[in-house]
Amino acid sequence: MLLSPALEISAVLFTLGVAGVLLRRNTIVIFMCVELMLNAVNLTFVALAQPLGIGGQVFVFFVMAVAAAEAAVGLAIILAVYRHKQSVSLQNMNLLKD
Amino acid sequence: MTLTFFWIFGVIAMGSALLCITRRNPVVCALWLVVTLFALAAMYVMLDAQFIAALQVLVYAGAIMVLFLFVIMLLNLGRPGPTDIKGPVGLLLAAVLAGTLLFQLRVLGGAQALPPSAIQLPPGSLAALQARQGIVGAVAGPLFETYLVPFEIASVLLLAAIVGAVVLAKRKL
Repeated sequence: MLLSPALEISAVLFTLGVAGVLLRRNTIVIFMCVELMLNAVNLTFVALAQPLGIGGQVFVFFVMAVAAAEAAVGLAIILAVYRHKQSVSLQNMNLLKD
Repeated sequence: MTLTFFWIFGVIAMGSALLCITRRNPVVCALWLVVTLFALAAMYVMLDAQFIAALQVLVYAGAIMVLFLFVIMLLNLGRPGPTDIKGPVGLLLAAVLAGTLLFQLRVLGGAQALPPSAIQLPPGSLAALQARQGIVGAVAGPLFETYLVPFEIASVLLLAAIVGAVVLAKRKL
């Protein structure tokens, strides 16, 4: 039965994604960490599709569609910000702070 | 045997995810993330989701990561920045918060949170369904029947994302 190990690995991967978002300053790397979190959730869906029916695998499709849309729009936003600031570091994105 | 290989690929996925969030060079981060995605695809195969595994390699490791690498190289960010990773305070904060989250997830995903055996399908029923309808057909059936409305909404979402990406990335409309 692979359900318990899959849930364990998924929890660790999600945690690593959150740690990456908290740890990094490069916006693109933070986006990659968000993708890592989405993949951890996908693993949970696929693992639970085995005892609970095929619906979990169908949901992975929608997660992938949302991830693709998020990556396209997010990277376009990064490009637009880079054009103004010449940087993708979060340290330089502080317009609302001052 | 399957369990051993599952753990091997799980350790590969977790290790490369850790390397992905700790390497300073963004290109190296992206390549370690690709390793994670491939290991996850192998785990999907062992979980009776062969079609999802193929999609994972094509869409995630192929399309989405190429998009990331394209933007990294377009913006010439291949060199590691000096301030890319936060200092000791940020590291401590990230470790504490992530540790708390991992503890909570392990409690939530513990043995008592597994689905009750009354609603579980008998073992091997998913493989039997795939043998009956085909690996793609078993996923496509519910996608175009039960989940038809979400499927159509996803197409609208993708259209909005295409238009939004073009509008945001264009210099002058």
